[in-house]
Amino acid sequence: MDKIRQDMLVKIAELHEIPSGAYNIRADGETYSRNSTENIEIITKKDKQGIDIIIKPGTKNESVHIPVIIGQSGLEEVVYNDFYVGKDANVVIIAGCGIHNCGGGNSRHDGVHRFFIDEGAKVKYVEKHYGEGDGRGKRIMNPQTIVELGKKSEIEMEMVQIEGVDSTDRVTRAELSEGAKLVITERLLTHENQYARTDIDVKLNGRDSSANIISRSVAKGSSEQLFISKIEGNNKCKGHSECDAIIMDNAVVKALPEVDANSVDAELVHEAAIGKIAGEQIIKLMTLGLTEEEAEKEIVNGFLR
Amino acid sequence: MLELKNLSYTINEGENEKKILDNISLTIGDNEFVAITGPNGSGKSTLAKIIAGIINPTEGNIFFEGSDITKASITDRAKMGISYAFQQPVHFKGIKVRELISLAAGTKLKVAQLREYLSRVGLDVNQYMNRQVDSTLSGGELKRIELATIFARNGKILLFDEPEAGIDLWSFQSLIQTFEKLKEKENCCVIIISHQEKIINAADRVILLSEGRIDKPYVMER
Repeated sequence: MDKIRQDMLVKIAELHEIPSGAYNIRADGETYSRNSTENIEIITKKDKQGIDIIIKPGTKNESVHIPVIIGQSGLEEVVYNDFYVGKDANVVIIAGCGIHNCGGGNSRHDGVHRFFIDEGAKVKYVEKHYGEGDGRGKRIMNPQTIVELGKKSEIEMEMVQIEGVDSTDRVTRAELSEGAKLVITERLLTHENQYARTDIDVKLNGRDSSANIISRSVAKGSSEQLFISKIEGNNKCKGHSECDAIIMDNAVVKALPEVDANSVDAELVHEAAIGKIAGEQIIKLMTLGLTEEEAEKEIVNGFLR
Repeated sequence: MLELKNLSYTINEGENEKKILDNISLTIGDNEFVAITGPNGSGKSTLAKIIAGIINPTEGNIFFEGSDITKASITDRAKMGISYAFQQPVHFKGIKVRELISLAAGTKLKVAQLREYLSRVGLDVNQYMNRQVDSTLSGGELKRIELATIFARNGKILLFDEPEAGIDLWSFQSLIQTFEKLKEKENCCVIIISHQEKIINAADRVILLSEGRIDKPYVMER
């Protein structure tokens, strides 16, 4: 693997070497290397591109890394990854996609991830997206994430788009059973002429299920962002969605938070705030000796942390 | 040494001009502890913002250590050693207490150093260093963190705009002790805008502002 691809692995999955535990590294449309463990099995799909990740019931404190990197300009792919997380398992899944495009063709990775999480299981899912390269070809990622949460199971999803992705359409769907819990934290930065759409739809079907969606984004240059979130409360449940965006330069940000209460015991809250960096934040940091540019950078970095 | 010479600040209110500050001249020496007081609307905060470089005076000049800094930016003044504590602390989503104080110090602070600055404002380092400087903190907590950023600056002029605002009475007493300790530091002058008698009493000199003017030399009865 060359330096460009190795560096991207560091950016998206903090992988400096081959990880311990289960992993599947996909590079330029093929499996580059893979490891299954006693409790976590990774199998190639027979009918389409992608893998099944099967995590045995009761698996504790194990991790799965499934990074994808594309260094080849013009490569477009759709990959299906299904995660079966067994009862009472507790695992960390680190996904992520990096595209380096220095050619004229568009490079695109559409990852369709489905999670089937059994009763009592807990998952932490981290997904980082990153693009680089000076070619005219676009860097495109359209992730789809579909989650089915069993009784009293939990998933915490951290979805981050660091920079350099020209176009992204991020679709997330989740259905929650009794006592299940979902937390989605999204961090998004767009610049130049980039476009990002986030579309989250959560159904709180089970009694005492809960969802918390927190999105923070920064739109710079002439970029455009659209944030759609819908929480449906179909039982006694708690739902909260919060979209907070910093808008800069000539960017455009639109937020459409929706909450639907179909039960008298559903407690649903949404918040959306879009605005430029507050002048007093910049002034405060300037009184600490930072220049205006340095102040702006600290504020944006902190906000996206 | 800080010297203000014939400073005025005028704003337009419709067709009328309003003088917020009117011909202020004032010299503050090194190691001096000066309190500026006066009724609401007398121009105290405007004066502080002019010293910090946030507002430009319409007339007059500011000299710091002999050079004219009237045109110097906020950043340049901060680098020269002028620090300014906001009356209303600013929120920063995502920035942690330890990061903000490190920015103030100009270096990534170790826990021991953070403990030193936070203890001066009555906050426990373990409890606060990883908190975010946002609305999850109370007004009083934010105010103390604001004061801690000034102590971490280690400046030559420490300018506080109503440091007592939002601080409960119990910690107010230790705050005054903190200010009195600052007096012991060499080559550092403290300017505090305040309505609080106890702070005013601790000062070497009290300046009374009224309708944008320094009325007359004013000495507190001790």
